[in-house]
Amino acid sequence: MARLLEVNNLKTYFFTEEGVVRAVNGVTWHLDEGETLALVGESGSGKSVTAMSILRLIPNPPGRIVEGTITFEGKDLLKMNDAELRSIRGNRIAMVFQEPMTSLNPVLTIGQQLREAIQLHLGLSTDDATTRAVELLELVGIPEADQRVKDYPHQFSGGMRQRVMIAMALSCNPRLLIADEPTTALDVTIQAQVLEIMARLATDLNTAVLIITHNLGVVARYADRVNVMYAGEIVESGSAVDVFKRPRMPYTVGLMASVPRLDATEHVRLTTIEGQPPLLVQEIHGCPFRPRCDWAIDKCATDHPELEEKEPGHWARCHRNPQVDEKTRVPASEAAAAAN
Amino acid sequence: MTTTASGSAGSKVAYQSTVKHGETLVNVEGLKMYFPVNAGLFVQKKVADVRAVDNLSFHVLKGETLGLVGESGCGKSTTGRALIQLYRPTDGSVNFGGTELTKLKGNDLRRFRRRMQMIFQDPYSSLNPRMSVQQIIGEPLAIHGLYKGNERKERIEYILQAVGLNPAFARRYPHEFSGGQRQRIGIGRALAVEPEFIVCDEPVSALDVSIQAQVINLLEDLQEQFGLTYLFIAHDLAVVRHISDRVAVMYLGKMMELADRNELYQNPLHPYTKALLSAVPITDPELERTRERIILTGDVPSPLRPPPGCVFNTRCPIAVDECRERVPEWREIVPTHWVACHRV
Repeated sequence: MARLLEVNNLKTYFFTEEGVVRAVNGVTWHLDEGETLALVGESGSGKSVTAMSILRLIPNPPGRIVEGTITFEGKDLLKMNDAELRSIRGNRIAMVFQEPMTSLNPVLTIGQQLREAIQLHLGLSTDDATTRAVELLELVGIPEADQRVKDYPHQFSGGMRQRVMIAMALSCNPRLLIADEPTTALDVTIQAQVLEIMARLATDLNTAVLIITHNLGVVARYADRVNVMYAGEIVESGSAVDVFKRPRMPYTVGLMASVPRLDATEHVRLTTIEGQPPLLVQEIHGCPFRPRCDWAIDKCATDHPELEEKEPGHWARCHRNPQVDEKTRVPASEAAAAAN
Repeated sequence: MTTTASGSAGSKVAYQSTVKHGETLVNVEGLKMYFPVNAGLFVQKKVADVRAVDNLSFHVLKGETLGLVGESGCGKSTTGRALIQLYRPTDGSVNFGGTELTKLKGNDLRRFRRRMQMIFQDPYSSLNPRMSVQQIIGEPLAIHGLYKGNERKERIEYILQAVGLNPAFARRYPHEFSGGQRQRIGIGRALAVEPEFIVCDEPVSALDVSIQAQVINLLEDLQEQFGLTYLFIAHDLAVVRHISDRVAVMYLGKMMELADRNELYQNPLHPYTKALLSAVPITDPELERTRERIILTGDVPSPLRPPPGCVFNTRCPIAVDECRERVPEWREIVPTHWVACHRV
């Protein structure tokens, strides 16, 4: 598979009154054509900021991309001027946001909004664009599409609006679709509908998908590879099976154990990750996860771990190996008590 | 009420509950909660009813957690609120340990509220930003005239400790806490008056997964420590399976199925329960990719105009004519497994 996107040492900082927030602090990853990559992590881990940086949608001020390159189809997105960027946004790279309510313009019909992108990027006439808009709505399973194109967003349900967003995003056959928490606001049965449509269309068009989510079940179902983010860094990266079955970073281990499983027949007490993620305005020495880590050793307080390839294609940022070092596990709270 | 709480502030003004562990604490019969829809420019006239909750019958056992799941707008939150009389039901009976709640009014009802409390979903909007933590937890104590003066201070410290917060934070304000800590404050407020029954309305939906696990564990610990009974309302089916003893599934104001936790998840009988369970991906990539899924088509109909017959018939993959004509009966198919479906 050909390389589609390469993010190299990306740093996106926010310059606030409280100090510099290092929201994304040197991430490097790539995405191949037709591949589905999931970015997971908790709120504030930097996953949305990473996605916004790709499209250069970071509000400036206070935010700024201070370092790094983002190479898409061989060109650095960070060096492009506004006109070049506009020809890529919505065309080669499309985005679906979390909130289907606020991402559509309430005073334009669904048809008008679908036509806008098609006419702009594909240069179709109004009539042809309308025909295409109806086809797109049919593609995402909106019944009576030829009538519904004349409706306004408020006449659509939440799930239908998100399907419209997907139709709009895929209208110009993008090479990359960025979906930021695309179904978080939707009910489970509607969530399943929307995700199945998105995955099917992406496969048909051979579109690569970057899906940002905190729902590990969605990752398990749709992602080929997973990047786990913590405190603005990628702490683990690998195929979905490797990361779920043999997590190599204690944070991922904790994340997997803290989610109850739908197919669990026995009641097992949930494992928690004690404490809170660090404040990103402070300079962090050593491993950012150390205060909450059950496997931390002295080295973790001083040496910032690098992202290392622990097995072929499976990378982790950790001095230890939680798979092997299970015996030396000491709950973080006890370790802190002992130190005092 | 028996509590294992120790310390002077642990349990002082306990009332005597006669309901024993495992007996029916709350019994609900034919519960209906309709909200009128008014129209008219000058003279408002009632034109229709939203049947948010329509004819529910079930019970909650003392000491158990009854999970209540369903999609938004199915009436699960309304059910929780109607149970503890935050909404006054349109019809039906709610019997709490021998007392008919729908008939209680004024001071009698207020006094009774001590025994049933609520934990809310949003830890941001459910705490008054102008009140400190000790005021938030002290307010229900003041309303019910419990723990005066220094004892109240001790009680507040005791509660803070019970929910895993540092008592030194008592004078702080909600904005100084994280989402998970705020939810602990909300739990402390509910716990302060020593209730028997707590309605937890989506208590962990707004929290990140690792914080969610902390709050779930806390709720389980408190249940054991204080002998609490929970009605746990949530849309996350995995969380509900984890915390509940029995689980009820709602759709468009009606109960579709109710059974013991493992029975419901391993042997769902109602087509809606089956679809709901299959829509939730399992956090195991190998298993998940080979799993058969039932994808429902269409959206939930408006509760203003629910379809005739079974409310699920418009999306049901196995609906027949009977389902479009006759409302299915709520029946106990095998002991403790209830379902409302013609096709079972």
